[in-house]
Amino acid sequence: MAGVLKAPAAEAVAAGPPRRRTGPARLVLVRVAASAAVLWGAVTATFCLLQVMPGGTADVLLARSAVTPEVRDRIIAEYRLDDPLAAQYLAYLGRIARGEFGDSYVLRRPVWDAIGSQLPHTLLLVLATLLVTLVASVLLAVVSAHRRRWVRSSFSAAESLVVALPPFWLGLLLLTVFSFNLHWFPAIGSSSLSGLVLPTAALAAGPVAVMTGVLRDGLLRALEEPFVVTARSRGIGELALRLRHVLRHALLPATTLLGWIAGSLIGGAVIIEIVFSRQGIGRMVLFAVENKDMPVVIAIVLLTAAVFVLVNIAVDILVWMIDPRTREAGS
Amino acid sequence: MAKSFWPGAVVLTLLAVLALFPSLFTGTDPDAADLNATLQPPSGAHWLGTDQNGRDLYARIVHGAGPSLLIGAGAVGLALVAGVLVGVAAAQLGRTVDQVLSRSLDVILSVPGLLLVFLVVAVLGPGGGPASVGLAVVSLPGFARVARAEVIRLRGAHYVEAAHGFGWSRAQVVLRHILPNALGPVMVLATVTLGAMIVAGSSLSFVGLGPQPPTAEWGAMLADSQEFLAVAWWPAAFPGAAITVAVLAVTVVGGHLQRRIERGRT
Repeated sequence: MAGVLKAPAAEAVAAGPPRRRTGPARLVLVRVAASAAVLWGAVTATFCLLQVMPGGTADVLLARSAVTPEVRDRIIAEYRLDDPLAAQYLAYLGRIARGEFGDSYVLRRPVWDAIGSQLPHTLLLVLATLLVTLVASVLLAVVSAHRRRWVRSSFSAAESLVVALPPFWLGLLLLTVFSFNLHWFPAIGSSSLSGLVLPTAALAAGPVAVMTGVLRDGLLRALEEPFVVTARSRGIGELALRLRHVLRHALLPATTLLGWIAGSLIGGAVIIEIVFSRQGIGRMVLFAVENKDMPVVIAIVLLTAAVFVLVNIAVDILVWMIDPRTREAGS
Repeated sequence: MAKSFWPGAVVLTLLAVLALFPSLFTGTDPDAADLNATLQPPSGAHWLGTDQNGRDLYARIVHGAGPSLLIGAGAVGLALVAGVLVGVAAAQLGRTVDQVLSRSLDVILSVPGLLLVFLVVAVLGPGGGPASVGLAVVSLPGFARVARAEVIRLRGAHYVEAAHGFGWSRAQVVLRHILPNALGPVMVLATVTLGAMIVAGSSLSFVGLGPQPPTAEWGAMLADSQEFLAVAWWPAAFPGAAITVAVLAVTVVGGHLQRRIERGRT
């Protein structure tokens, strides 16, 4: 990530001092262009996939559902399937660019409708998990970045264990203990706030463990820096020192990790939704995979890729905001 | 940390033996249903209890080791071979090939991993093999990048220049001199990736996209246990513990190898 950030600055130096534009606008522009190219590649890949799948493209899109000849003709017209491959490709690009993902003939409704009704549930779970991950890992890292060795090593052993736990198994264990035995939380797909607690816990455990480790390493490194001595000599409290001065240094590697975590959460949420029988795109995408309902699968893959790419741009901007050094690299 | 290496290596070896020769560890048929003994808690007759069809859970976990670990191991093996090929091609075949391959890897990386696997399984249909292929596609970019970087790093080495000087062909130099030396970091990445792949593979089985019933597989066993959580904890507890132990062993050994390589570098 840092390399991406420094590239524009290096160009600015090469071009001479008057053109020193390393501002966020330029950064965003470069990243957006690169991301657009990647997304175009992803759309092209799905087009090729539809071509190589056995059977005609119309049959693939229909997923062997029984439809009237008129519907079939409409698909052929909409996707221009009787035209040469190049025209088909352009028509496909145009449709995706306009956000037209077509109809699911398995679900017998437009793909957008189906996704739109399920996506908010998944986003809620992912955002809750991100929030919990941020808060919990900062707290745990600040507490565990301790001078006593055994404190650090017991935390890192616990982290290794949690990372090795399959999230869906953790979900099953949480359900057994807290829903079926203690009856603290609802067991089956509830959209209430208390129904969100266990899924979030199961999904957040791994990311919290990874993030805590990275943050603690950063904190320990930063605690060795000379500015810590200066701050201590001014009589600052240990907690205030960590939160106000040291944490900022530790946040940098953790922020770049955040993009990766967000990506894995989107996939993880699908599995966790199945464990807790929650509403969301999880059940939908699985049903689509089992029935080879390609319009739905492709739409979800491309949408999550777009979200993932946006998150990574946001992460780059965050890094730029947290670390002044990435801004002054060229001067 | 080095202290945990040997236990990890021992567990890993044990798991490999378990996966290859399950009959050494149990004489019970993992698929033998006994409808008079469904959901029995752990006892002398059934060490880890029985499932909803009265099948012995210990036998199913032992016989499940192979299919369960094979998804992840197969994925890593495929990704390693394909990734090294792509990486070497990107490093050796000129700028255009490098650009095309590197941008294609970016496209793979732009899709959240598990969703890309769903796409592959949607095309190939559910099963252990397709799950491995899907996971291999997801982890291929990592191997390709490491292999590419290693080849480029080693190209400047004196012994490589010497081999060129002796009139060896480029392919010979890559095969005999560069690849053997590039394999260290690639193997470390393989062990580090294996843990995540085992978890991902069991997740896919759990949602029904892995090996199909009645194959004993740890993730699929957990899926079966889901309906009976309120009355029986053991069908949910033991297969999950098996996955966790396997992943922990792989992680410990992988972490150790990684630190050794990093120490060797600096």
